[in-house]
Amino acid sequence: MSDFKALSEAVIDGDDKAARAITEKALAEGADPLALVNEFMVPAMDEVGRRFECNEYFVPELLISARAMKASLEILRPLLIEGGREPLGRVAIGTVKGDLHDIGKNLVAAMLEGGGFEVIDLGVNVTPEQFVQAVQDKNAQIVAMSALLTTTMPSMKLTIDALQQAGVRDKVKVLVGGAPLTQKFADEIGADGFSETAPAAVALARQSLGK
Amino acid sequence: MHPTLEELLSRGLVLLDGAWGTELQARGLVPGECPDHWNLTAPERVAEVARAYVEAGSRVILTNTFGANSLCLAAHGLAAQAAAINTAGARISRTAAGSAAKVFGSMGPSGKMLMMGEVSPEQLQAAFAEQAGALATGGADGLVIETMADLEEAKLALAAARTTGLPVVVCMVYDSGKDKNRTMMGTTPEQAAEALTAAGADVIGSNCGQGVEGFVGICRRLRAATDLPIWIKANAGLPTVEGGKVVYHTSPEAFAAHLPALREAGAAFVGGCCGTNPAFVRALSKRLAAG
Repeated sequence: MSDFKALSEAVIDGDDKAARAITEKALAEGADPLALVNEFMVPAMDEVGRRFECNEYFVPELLISARAMKASLEILRPLLIEGGREPLGRVAIGTVKGDLHDIGKNLVAAMLEGGGFEVIDLGVNVTPEQFVQAVQDKNAQIVAMSALLTTTMPSMKLTIDALQQAGVRDKVKVLVGGAPLTQKFADEIGADGFSETAPAAVALARQSLGK
Repeated sequence: MHPTLEELLSRGLVLLDGAWGTELQARGLVPGECPDHWNLTAPERVAEVARAYVEAGSRVILTNTFGANSLCLAAHGLAAQAAAINTAGARISRTAAGSAAKVFGSMGPSGKMLMMGEVSPEQLQAAFAEQAGALATGGADGLVIETMADLEEAKLALAAARTTGLPVVVCMVYDSGKDKNRTMMGTTPEQAAEALTAAGADVIGSNCGQGVEGFVGICRRLRAATDLPIWIKANAGLPTVEGGKVVYHTSPEAFAAHLPALREAGAAFVGGCCGTNPAFVRALSKRLAAG
């Protein structure tokens, strides 16, 4: 396959038009869709994450990179499905019951989509029952919960309890995040993972599914 | 300088209030319920919080209107009541304050991201203009735009707030980057201070996002970047959850121990944000009296 490094650059620079154009060109030249994702896009998102960790990139840069990634994936995804390629994983995401603050959740959802996951966005103020339903009916492999308010953090524990009671706790990985959260809190409530930042959430999601 | 600010600052460092949401919860507000709606449905309990801060020694108290822009209220189906909720909020605080304190109307972020196209600049400006106007109608002595992460949104809110003729404070939240000295959008204190000064703010500040110890450095950087007075409202540390309850670990006394450093760093207004309560204002007041 010829070198589509420009695709990586388009993602890193957050240039969605270029990402779309290069993807189309690559496909016309016979590139393998999965190879485009794995060899150029995933490493590009890793680089975006690295720049975020180093304080070179902030949320605006993350968002435009995720948007560029999504532009390319919109072209590639139907081809991947046609070719029998499953998404990396299926994530049910939402802000927990009582919490209406969705900026962080939207950011993580965008990054996960950019990272190759199928995202079922349950929105805000999601009840434990809705999370359980997403696991039962839509076969989500990851439940990702967000809370901005300290007062709604206990809803995370209630959701984990509900997954347990429904007998599906073992089928899913539970990941949590949000400004007031800590690893200690995640451990206390029995979550499988905690991420402080949106890019790290993608790595965590991959890792939790052993991918 | 606006005469209201001159009057406040002529008596030295100005003590602000502490958190409202947690105080309302202590009075029965359920998580997920709209706190601002209580201005209409439970005004007496809101007034209790306002009075508690006046009695603790706050020379400026805010209003229970942090989330009372029509964009936030829409999530609770209350957008049409935005003006009424803000006017009532300002009246409640104004009555509690009497001549003992000034009332600054609280205006929080919309919760929507401009750069993602979730909301347009025109929609933001209209929502903030409605809120600012209603707070002025209710008798607010000033306005405080707070917990802003996006400088563009803060500037739109400022432009809307300035049309009232009241003095306007603009506070960003610095909770990002390794040293927690950037906003979520990557803005530095210098960038914010310069842009907001140029845009006509009367006071520049920072609130929320981290414990009080992190505010000294931010305050110093704001001080160096603008001639305007500086406003600081810090959290009582970062919370942990113990036995299903959220606990903040900084005591009122430990919080107040940072007052001299904040003052030296150039703060003219000091109060508390998440995790603080009237006991924190009393501790600050005591520390201030000690000199």
